[in-house]
Amino acid sequence: MSAHASHAPKRSGLWDWLTTVDHKKIAILYLVAGGIFFLAGGIEALLIRLQLMYPESNVIGAKTFNEMITMHGTTMIFLAAMPIIFALMNAVVPLQIGARDVAFPFVNALGFWLFFFGGVLINTSWFLGGAPDAGWTSYPTLALNQYSGIGVDFYVLGLQIAGLGTLIGGINFLVTIINMRAPGMTFMRMPLFTWTSFVTSGLILFAFPAITVGLVLLMFDRLFGGNFFNPDAGGNIIIFEHLFWIFGHPEVYILILPCFGIISEVVSTFSKKRLFGYSSMVFATALIGFLGFMVWAHHMFTTGLGPVANTLFGLATMLIAVPTGIKIFNWLFTMWGGQIRFNVPNLWAVGFIPTFTIGGMTGVMLSVPSADYQYHDSYFVVAHFHYVIVGGVVFGLFAGLYYWWPKMFGKMLNETLGKWNFWTFFIGFHLTFFPLHFLGLMGMPRRVYTFLHGQGLDLGNFISTIGSFGMTIGTILFLINVVVTANSKQKAPADPWDGRTLEWAIPSPPPEYNFAQTPLVRGLDALWVEKMAGNKGYVPAEPLGSIHMPSPSIIPFVMSVGLFIAAYGFMFHQYVLAGIGLAITFGSMLARSLKDDHGYHIDPEEIEEKGVKA
Amino acid sequence: MKGWLQYWRQFLLFGLLSLALTGCGNAELSALRPSGPVAAMQFDLMKLSFSIMIGVFLVVMLIFTYVLIRYRKRPGQQGIPKQVEGSHALEILWTVIPFLLLIVMAVPTVAVNFELGKVYSKDEALQVRVTAHQYWWEFEYPDLGVATAQDLVIPVDQKVQFTVTSADVKHAFWVPALGGKIDTNPGLENTLWLQADKTGIFYGKCAELCGASHALMDFKVEVLEQADFDNWVAKMRSAQGNAPADTTTAASQGEEIYNKSCLGCHAIGGKGGKLGPNLTNFADRERVAGILANTPENTAEWLKDPQKIKPGNNMPNLNLDDAQVQALVDYLYTLSVED
Repeated sequence: MSAHASHAPKRSGLWDWLTTVDHKKIAILYLVAGGIFFLAGGIEALLIRLQLMYPESNVIGAKTFNEMITMHGTTMIFLAAMPIIFALMNAVVPLQIGARDVAFPFVNALGFWLFFFGGVLINTSWFLGGAPDAGWTSYPTLALNQYSGIGVDFYVLGLQIAGLGTLIGGINFLVTIINMRAPGMTFMRMPLFTWTSFVTSGLILFAFPAITVGLVLLMFDRLFGGNFFNPDAGGNIIIFEHLFWIFGHPEVYILILPCFGIISEVVSTFSKKRLFGYSSMVFATALIGFLGFMVWAHHMFTTGLGPVANTLFGLATMLIAVPTGIKIFNWLFTMWGGQIRFNVPNLWAVGFIPTFTIGGMTGVMLSVPSADYQYHDSYFVVAHFHYVIVGGVVFGLFAGLYYWWPKMFGKMLNETLGKWNFWTFFIGFHLTFFPLHFLGLMGMPRRVYTFLHGQGLDLGNFISTIGSFGMTIGTILFLINVVVTANSKQKAPADPWDGRTLEWAIPSPPPEYNFAQTPLVRGLDALWVEKMAGNKGYVPAEPLGSIHMPSPSIIPFVMSVGLFIAAYGFMFHQYVLAGIGLAITFGSMLARSLKDDHGYHIDPEEIEEKGVKA
Repeated sequence: MKGWLQYWRQFLLFGLLSLALTGCGNAELSALRPSGPVAAMQFDLMKLSFSIMIGVFLVVMLIFTYVLIRYRKRPGQQGIPKQVEGSHALEILWTVIPFLLLIVMAVPTVAVNFELGKVYSKDEALQVRVTAHQYWWEFEYPDLGVATAQDLVIPVDQKVQFTVTSADVKHAFWVPALGGKIDTNPGLENTLWLQADKTGIFYGKCAELCGASHALMDFKVEVLEQADFDNWVAKMRSAQGNAPADTTTAASQGEEIYNKSCLGCHAIGGKGGKLGPNLTNFADRERVAGILANTPENTAEWLKDPQKIKPGNNMPNLNLDDAQVQALVDYLYTLSVED
């Protein structure tokens, strides 16, 4: 990851990382930051399970427990799963569509730094008066000043800053996928991961404004005495729930769709077959994205919306089972008749299928509103969404990381350690979350810091905590694997898995300009088509020429730091500090607008040709 | 992939084993052991949707297992598998069949939805008004002129129409064995009806995160024969405003302390404040503070440091000395309407 050839404005070390606008480096930044937050969220989860190992225990206590569950949920959704998905999108999507970078490299860097400082802001709450403790949903009135501590201010402001980053990241990928595809890369030739990233970016565009509105209103209530959600002053708490879930439900699909894409790529590559029913997979993805916006109130069946609303939202929710089922069967029939190799990426993909199916099944069960009155806010729901988000999203991300690691870092992750990582995590996962279904049905509400003796809940909780140790071991093995791999001398080939898509046609890791010549795409699975035609690598669509590259810039970093400072100013009512922070941010915007930066060019002589025919 | 297969068998075995070990949970608490028509209807829907889903799951697992065994790459295997684009017949099959299965599920779903959404008038059902507080439950019977807290008393085989709300943050009213649940929203009212088919005690829970002691916001539902219920109501009404006479001097000292320090928040009968639970029948209740066994020792423990037992609750520490606590406990255990 050292700085590249001498032609570019030369930067190195930390400065290089702070100023980079290269999508491949931003991918690594997202991965490292998301990975660190994932570890923090994992430690929080482990403490939660330790607290619940035995009845009436007091390992961390009631208040800390509420901080843990709030931070665990918030961290895992917004600061771990989202950025790691963005890491893979950044690393892979431009390569899959034959582009040299995303449409707006500067905005890409800005998106990362906003997310990063938003996440850091939320986590500093631990040292500045206590973490948020009103749940990751932060429903008022619990989330208002009189019922919760300053932590919720960190939640409200941190998520707004991080959410801005996510929103502009989503817009960037929409534009990239629409405008930057190589010649011949029609929509219906795009790899499934690109397709799912595209739909996910669309969902981000429509979903994040809803939570932003909710967070802004909550911020007014908390910081400036607004009364949007204060029933004593004519406010209404239900509106926040709607705003939250109009975002919150699509968010589930924002997370899972790219993972569907990863599974599609991995299953197809490791079965040596094209994806079965490609068009129906694309159609199912779009349909899930569309229906995902019609079902938010199923998170609110017990809120008291009445039988008509509950029935309609329940039926709409059931419908999502159809496109999801299509996907499961298409994966199974992609493997049917193939030559399945069980490398680590495929282990994760294969483990994903039954696990996610269980999560989907309980999802359909939850869509029956009257039965949901029993499931809602019980451990049954906790089991369900962990089957979807760990068994679906995390398994999918592990598959993607093992699959694209050589492309991102130029080194293959160790297979033996990878297998141990998979099996410990997989068994630990089921041991942790399977018993929770029964605990919920047996009367255990979620978010309880303890449970009483003699209510039949002891065994399930004990098993669950044991299982969480398995997941911990799995995660540690992954970290060991990363360290072992980073220290090894081996170099990954350009195409270690016999890949089918364009990213495998260029060296691992790719040069900063990705493709010396823009590729010509001649079918679905662009590289596979060339392999079958007997070509080595891709067919270029243009002669070798000068490549225009964007200049690195520190402005995205500074702009984000400004908002970070301003947030503290607002929270602690130090308005001078808030003013300074905002001045930094708006000053950076001004600087960016006034400064003409045309980037730089890489001349053809500088381009080392590797496997590219002129 | 033999290990895989073995694993799934163990998995199934483990699931069944854990079920067998715990039964279907505690009869007073579990939604899997319904004791009323609402919970029974909900349990039927669970069983229906679960059977359909387990059917789908078995089909998926069958294909999955077959594919993984049959089509794994064998050593020395060469050539390229046939690149299949798809199959319209198959794709239509796995679009239409799930759709039909969903219709099977949707019909009873809609029916039960509207059944549970009914609101019964006072001629059809006993009316109970529930107000949730951090971290206790207030129950009022507006038509009977009775109010109590923590232990909800209802007659067997009769519909009970609840109107629920909250005094502070959002809570949720849940009695798994009888059915549920419904959120108690501050500033708004929700309705829910339940019915118990047998007498006894059932556990109720708060199901919505409501603060530090959310986990401890339990209550009890005591289901009585109609005659016993009527008797209970009559005694609760006669306890209005006139606390039972003291029997010992300690208790009368306790009454004095009570009137000075407690009455502002805790009513006995119709007399006293409403910020804390009504204590008219304190001695009859199942639990102290909703969670501890109702013994004088536990009550004393609670009075000495309420925050230790239920963190974040609104009861102040009155800093009573041991003698005062004992006197107050003696007095509290005179508060009974049972014979």
